[in-house]
Amino acid sequence: MAKDERIINIQHLSKSFGDKKVLDDINLYVRRGEFLTLLGPSGCGKTTLLRMIAGFMQPDEGSILLDGKDIAGVPPHERPLNTVFQRYALFPHLDVYDNIAFGLKLKKTPEDEIDKRVRKVLKLVAMSDYEDRDVETLSGGQQQRIAIARAIVNQPKVLLLDEPLAALDLKMRKDMQIELKEMHRKLGITFIYVTHDQEEALTLSDTIVVINEGKIQQIGTPTDIYNEPVNAFVADFIGESNILKGRMIKDRRVAFIKHQFDCVDEGFGEDVPVDVVVRPEDIYFTTDPAKCQFKATVNSCIFKGVHYEMWVDTDTGYELMIQDYDPYPVGSEVMLYIDPDDIQVMKKERRSNVLSGVVKDEETIRIFDADFPIPNDFEPGTDVVVDVPFDGVELLDNLDEGVLNGEVHFILYMGNHYHLYVKTEDSDYFYVDTNDIWDKGDLVGIKLLPETIKLSKKDEND
Amino acid sequence: MPYFIFLVIFVVLPLLLILIYALQDGAGHFTLKNIAKFFSDGDSLSTFALSIEVAIENTALCILIGYPAAWILANKDLNRSAVTVVLFILPMWINALMRTLATAELFTMAGIQLGKGTLLFGMCYDYLPFMIYPIYNVLNKMDKSYAEAAQDLGATPGEVFRKVTLPLSMPGIMSGVMMVFMPTVSTFAISEFLTNNKIKLFGTIIQENINNSMWNYGAALSLIMLIIIGITTFLQGGDSEEAVSGGAI
Repeated sequence: MAKDERIINIQHLSKSFGDKKVLDDINLYVRRGEFLTLLGPSGCGKTTLLRMIAGFMQPDEGSILLDGKDIAGVPPHERPLNTVFQRYALFPHLDVYDNIAFGLKLKKTPEDEIDKRVRKVLKLVAMSDYEDRDVETLSGGQQQRIAIARAIVNQPKVLLLDEPLAALDLKMRKDMQIELKEMHRKLGITFIYVTHDQEEALTLSDTIVVINEGKIQQIGTPTDIYNEPVNAFVADFIGESNILKGRMIKDRRVAFIKHQFDCVDEGFGEDVPVDVVVRPEDIYFTTDPAKCQFKATVNSCIFKGVHYEMWVDTDTGYELMIQDYDPYPVGSEVMLYIDPDDIQVMKKERRSNVLSGVVKDEETIRIFDADFPIPNDFEPGTDVVVDVPFDGVELLDNLDEGVLNGEVHFILYMGNHYHLYVKTEDSDYFYVDTNDIWDKGDLVGIKLLPETIKLSKKDEND
Repeated sequence: MPYFIFLVIFVVLPLLLILIYALQDGAGHFTLKNIAKFFSDGDSLSTFALSIEVAIENTALCILIGYPAAWILANKDLNRSAVTVVLFILPMWINALMRTLATAELFTMAGIQLGKGTLLFGMCYDYLPFMIYPIYNVLNKMDKSYAEAAQDLGATPGEVFRKVTLPLSMPGIMSGVMMVFMPTVSTFAISEFLTNNKIKLFGTIIQENINNSMWNYGAALSLIMLIIIGITTFLQGGDSEEAVSGGAI
C-alpha cells in the first residue's frame, strides 16, 4: 500500500492518568476516505484516543502523523479536523445558521460563500428550513444533524465522531446509521467513529479497531472481526458466541465439548490447549445420523423476532447457544453438527495466573502487596514465580475472608463453567475458573488454594 | 398559609405603610407634595444622580475585578479546591458595618484622604463577593464541550472566550449586576463612614429625613427609589431570564 494512502498514522501512542495506563502502545493507521471505528466497552480508552487526535489531550509517548507530519504540538484550532461531540455541544446562544457558520466566520470566509456553504450542508443533512431556529427547540436527532453539519461545513480532512448516536432512541439510531453511511459516501471525507455498540460498528465501518483496557485487540473488516475473532474478548464483545476450552489435536483437527471436530486452522502445533469460538447460528440441526457430530437436549427455546434462540445441553455436559429459524421443542433430543469453516480456533492468551512474589517466611509469600499463606521451602527474600491455575483461585462473598479484594471485571461463559477476570484495587488481575455465578461489578475476597500452586525461583534473566 | 401571613406582615404591610406615609402631610391629610418636592428640589435630584453614578461605577469595578476572579476560581487547572472559593466569600461572614468601620480606620491610619476614591474602594470591597459568586456558578457549571467545540471549529483561546464563554456567562453577570447595583444605590453607611459624610448618597438622605422625624418625605423618597429599582429589575429581569434560558441546555 502506498504510504500516501495513510492519512493518519499513530505510532507507539501511550497515555496515563495518574497511575492508570489508559492507552498502551497504540499502533494504527487510517486510510484516506475510509470509515474507521474505534470499538470497545466504556473506559477502554477509545474516547481518549479520539481526543488526542483532535488535539484536546497530548500523548505521553508516541506520535500522531497527519499526512506524514507529526501534529504533536499543533493546538486543536489549527488542526484540519472537526469533531461531532457526544452531547452535540451546539452553542445555545446562537441559532442553527450561526452555529453552522461559526467555523467559516472565524476563517473570515466571505459572506456569500458562507451563505452558500451553510445552505448546502443544511440540504445534505435534510434540515433546510431550520436555519433560523433556536438550537434548543430541536429534537435530539435534529441537533445531531446540525452538529454534523457544523463540522462538515468546514471541509475537514478527517471527521471525528464521538459516540454521536448514543443519546438517540433505537429507531432514530438505525435511521441515522444509514444516513451517516450515505453521507460518508457522498462527502468522501475520512471518518473516525467511536462507539461501544458492536452492531453499529459492524453496520457502518470499513475497518473496526477493537480496543480493551487501553490495548488494541484486533483490527480488521467487520466480517474479519466477526468471523475470525483473535481472542475470547473480541469473540464475546462482537455478537453472540459460544466460547469453549479446546485442544488442538493436530492441524485441522480440534477437540472441544469432549468431541473431536474437523476445522480449517493450522499451525498451532499438536496437543495444544486453545480457545474455540462457535457462533450460535453456525451450529446446525440434522436428522441424518451420518452427519451428526454430537447429540444434545433442548433446555430452552425463545423467539427473538427473526430467529429462535435455543440453549441445549450436550451429551457431554456442556451448554451451547444455538440460533435457528425453526424452533425445536424443549426436552427434545436433537442431532447437531458444525462445519469445519465455522470453527474459529484462537491461541490461549494464558493458561494460568503467573504472578511474581517475594518469599516472606516459610508460610507466607507476598504477591501484589498482600501476604498470601503459601507454604514454601525458599529463603526469605527470594523472588519467586507463583503459578496458580484458574481453578486455584477462590472467590469469597465475605471480603474480610479474602487476602486481597477485587471486582469482577469481565465474565465469559465457557459452556460448563465461568471464566472471570477479577481486578484488584491496584489494577492487577486474577483469572478465575468457577462454577459459581457472579455478576460484573461484584466485589469479592480473593484467596489462593496452596495445594494447586506451583512455585519456582525467579530466573534472573527473565 | 404561614407563608401568606409572613408575606402580609413583612412585605405587604411595610409597603402599604410607605405608600400611606408618602402620600400624607404631617397632619395626616392626603397630598402629592412630598413627591413633587423631590422633583423640584435640586439637591435631592443631584444626590440621586450621584447615587446612580456611583452605583454604575461600583458595578463596573466589581465586574472588572470579579469576572477574572470568578474565571480563575472556576478554572480547574488554576484552582483545584473549593476552599479558595470560600476564602473569597469569607469577608461576607463579618458584618458589613464592622468591615466598613475597620476600612475607614485603616485609611485614616494610613493618612489617606477620605473621599470618592475610598468610597468606591469600600463599596467594591463590600459587594465584590456578590459579583464573583453568580459568575463563578455559571462558569463552573458550563459544559466544557462548548469551549472545546469552538476550539475544534478553529477558534483561538481569545476567540473562544469572546464568542462562547463570555456570551454564555451573561446570566451570571446579570444576576451579579442586580445584586451589586441595587444595594449600592440605597447604601448610606458606607458613604457615611468612608467619606466622613462628605459625599451624600440617596440612602443617606432618606436616613437623615427619617432620623429627623420627617417621616412623610422620607417615605416618599423611599417610594421613588423602590419604583426606580422596580423598573430596572423588571427590565433586567426580562433580559436575564432570556439569557438564563439561553444558557440552560
